[in-house]
Amino acid sequence: MTPEELATLADLRRARDLIDREYAKPLDVPTMAARALMSPAHFSRRFRAVYGETPYSYLMTRRIERAMALLRAGTSVTDACMEVGCTSLGSFSSRFSEIVGESPTAYRAREHVAVKAMPPYVAKMRTRPTRSSRIEEAPRPAAP
Amino acid sequence: MDISLQYCNVTVNDVDESIPFYEALGLKVLNDVSSGEFRWVTLGSDTQPGLGVVVSVPHAGRSQADGDTLQELLTKGVLPFLVFSSSDVDATFENLRAFGAEVLQEPIDQGWGPRDCAFRDPSGNTVRIAQAA
Repeated sequence: MTPEELATLADLRRARDLIDREYAKPLDVPTMAARALMSPAHFSRRFRAVYGETPYSYLMTRRIERAMALLRAGTSVTDACMEVGCTSLGSFSSRFSEIVGESPTAYRAREHVAVKAMPPYVAKMRTRPTRSSRIEEAPRPAAP
Repeated sequence: MDISLQYCNVTVNDVDESIPFYEALGLKVLNDVSSGEFRWVTLGSDTQPGLGVVVSVPHAGRSQADGDTLQELLTKGVLPFLVFSSSDVDATFENLRAFGAEVLQEPIDQGWGPRDCAFRDPSGNTVRIAQAA
C-alpha cells in the first residue's frame, strides 16, 4: 500500500471515529467529509468502499445502537430519539424498526436480560457472586 | 500448573513512531531485536514484569499479501483492541492527551462497569484504559 493510500485510510478512520464520538450532535456528511479532508461525494464513495456502508448509514446504526441501550434503561422513545441526535421521531422509528426488527415502543416494553446486553467480560465481573449476596443455606430439617 | 500471558504482539505501521505513544502510556522499552529489515521492540512495565508488549510492522514475518491485508485492517481501525488498567485513569488520560494522542473517549464512568477512556495509537489501534479496581 502506498503512503498516500495509507493516509487516505487513516483519514477515513478519523471521520468514522468522529461519528462514533459525535453521533448525538447534528452531524452531516459535509462535516464528516471535512474531517477526512475530502469532498462529500468522494468521501461517501470511499467510506462505503472501505467500511461497507455509507457514512450516513453508519451514523444511524450507531444512533440506533445507543437508543437501544437507553430504551433498555427505561428512557421514553421520544427522549431516546432526541438524546441520540435524531430530530424526527418518524424517521427514527422507521430506521429503528428496520435495523432492530421491531418498533422502539415494542423493544422498550419487552423484557431484556440485562446480562446479555453487557460485554461478556463485564457481565462476568458484575454477576460474580459475593459472600454478602450468597443465599444462605436453609437449616437442615430435624430428623423425624 | 500456573499459566500467564508472557508476550502480547501489537501490529503498528511504524515501530519508531509508536514507541513514544506507548512510553506516554507508561511502558518502557525492554528489548529491541532486528531480523533483516524488520524489528520487534518489546515494551513493559514494572507493575507487570512478566509481560512484554511486542510491537512490529504488518509485513514482519509475513507474505506481502498478508502484510497488506493486516495493514489495511490496522489503518482502518478495526483490529481487536487493547485494554490497559491504570491506578489513575485520569492521570494516564492527561499524559496521553498532552502527548498529542488521538482521543476516542474522555474518561467516563461506564454504566456497566469501571471508569475508562480510549485513544488511537499512531497506527490506528484502539487502546482503552480502565481504572484499576
